[in-house]
Amino acid sequence: MIDQLLIPLLKIVIVLNATLVGVTYMVLLERKVIAWAQSRLGPMRVGPYGVLQPIADAIKLMIKEDITPVRADRWVFTAAPIISMVPALIVYAVIPFGPTIHLFGRPVSLYITDINVGLLYIVSVASVGVYGIILAGYASNSKYPLLASLRASAQLISYEVAVTLTLVSVILMAGSLSMVEIVNAQYNQHAWFVFLQPVAFVIVLIGGLAETNRAPFDLPEAEQELTGGFHTEYSGMRFALFFLAEYANMIVVSSVVVTLFFGGWLPPLPNTAWAHFLYYVPSWAWFLIKSFCFLYLFIWIRATLPRYRYDQLMNIGWKVLIPLAIANLVVTGIVKVLVM
Amino acid sequence: MAQAIAFYVIAACILGFGVLVISTKDTVHSVLFLVLDFLFVAALYVLLGAPFLAAIQVLVYAGGIVVLYLFVVMLVNLKRPPEAHSDPHRRTKLGFGLAAAVLVELGAIAAQGYAHPAAAIAAPATAAIPVSGNTEQVGWLLYTSYLIPFEIASMLLLVAMIGAIVLAKREL
Repeated sequence: MIDQLLIPLLKIVIVLNATLVGVTYMVLLERKVIAWAQSRLGPMRVGPYGVLQPIADAIKLMIKEDITPVRADRWVFTAAPIISMVPALIVYAVIPFGPTIHLFGRPVSLYITDINVGLLYIVSVASVGVYGIILAGYASNSKYPLLASLRASAQLISYEVAVTLTLVSVILMAGSLSMVEIVNAQYNQHAWFVFLQPVAFVIVLIGGLAETNRAPFDLPEAEQELTGGFHTEYSGMRFALFFLAEYANMIVVSSVVVTLFFGGWLPPLPNTAWAHFLYYVPSWAWFLIKSFCFLYLFIWIRATLPRYRYDQLMNIGWKVLIPLAIANLVVTGIVKVLVM
Repeated sequence: MAQAIAFYVIAACILGFGVLVISTKDTVHSVLFLVLDFLFVAALYVLLGAPFLAAIQVLVYAGGIVVLYLFVVMLVNLKRPPEAHSDPHRRTKLGFGLAAAVLVELGAIAAQGYAHPAAAIAAPATAAIPVSGNTEQVGWLLYTSYLIPFEIASMLLLVAMIGAIVLAKREL
């Protein structure tokens, strides 16, 4: 009873709450880091150094008037933010934050579940998340959101191909689709996969930026051309849901990159005798530190790089990333056969 | 017991959403019901112990193909009200005839299944698969026993893809 119901439920509650708190503070971190990059201070008024700003933002968004445009498709307009948010949250079910540890004399795994098709689950749930953006643009019945959602869906579909093809080479290295097994494979091979699959890492990172609509691939939200992108007509909490979904997806992408290429919960130099002192840092701490580095990298990239043009975006996706992904897959396969 | 209840609930949802797909007037709503339908079919695969198939069902059908449907629907009828069919009741007899034929076929299959229950679930040589795990077993079967059908399906898709490119792009 305790093992089958209570502990999983507790884990789900903890992970969901931690994610939502993490997401709200991601917003603050982004505002702060971009402000520093531009020699500003960022939010300073609410709480010391603005640390309570996310709470103020949340209250503001919740009590704002919630407007539905008259000619909008009411049902789809309501469903779109939910469709964006749900896939972004249910992905956390298979992300391993750590191995199985003993807590109060009871083995507790630091992941909600470990399914045989973990990586495939993440990819397929992410592919359903596209609907939120497409439907938001369609249901608003307004030209800018529609243009933005067409851009977004073309972009997401294009980069999904490259990322999924690249993930196959990681699966080849690990010999499993399970997230926990992929980390264990990195332990057994004494190296993070980023050193064995550097090309795959670069493709997944670029594709991840594009799939979360982050700069320099934030064309669906290009303010200068589209007034605000696919969520132009949304206000109040529904707008906030799109915002939260985007940041939740960023955390997902960085956790997946950490799990696949940076050894998940493993310290640097995993399974090496002289580097064993690194295991004194708890496993989940390694995971969180590495994920945080990637989240910081995403913000850093946004503060640094200008936005791509639409044709450049498509060229990178179809003419560079996809051929590179196929070549990487073929080379990985050949090397694997030769080594075995 | 629990499995039976889950099966009937999922099956009812699949049929219900299937009816909604063809009875809804708004094309975009109809496509959305199709997505829900595919998601419940995936749930059925999970219930049958085939998580790999379920994930592929969501990835390819719900997440890939239907997005393209939605694209086409959104680009084709941008808020023009659907035109009424000139004669919605034409070929009623043909429709009923086809439906009856399908019903007879299903009945025949069900009767066959009841008559020979063992033949209906003849698992072909599952004992010979040297790997465990759903994904591994699917892969093993595809690349050993079913290699030729698999390759033919891939060739068909490749031909369709090249055909689409040739049709869409007049000057190559």
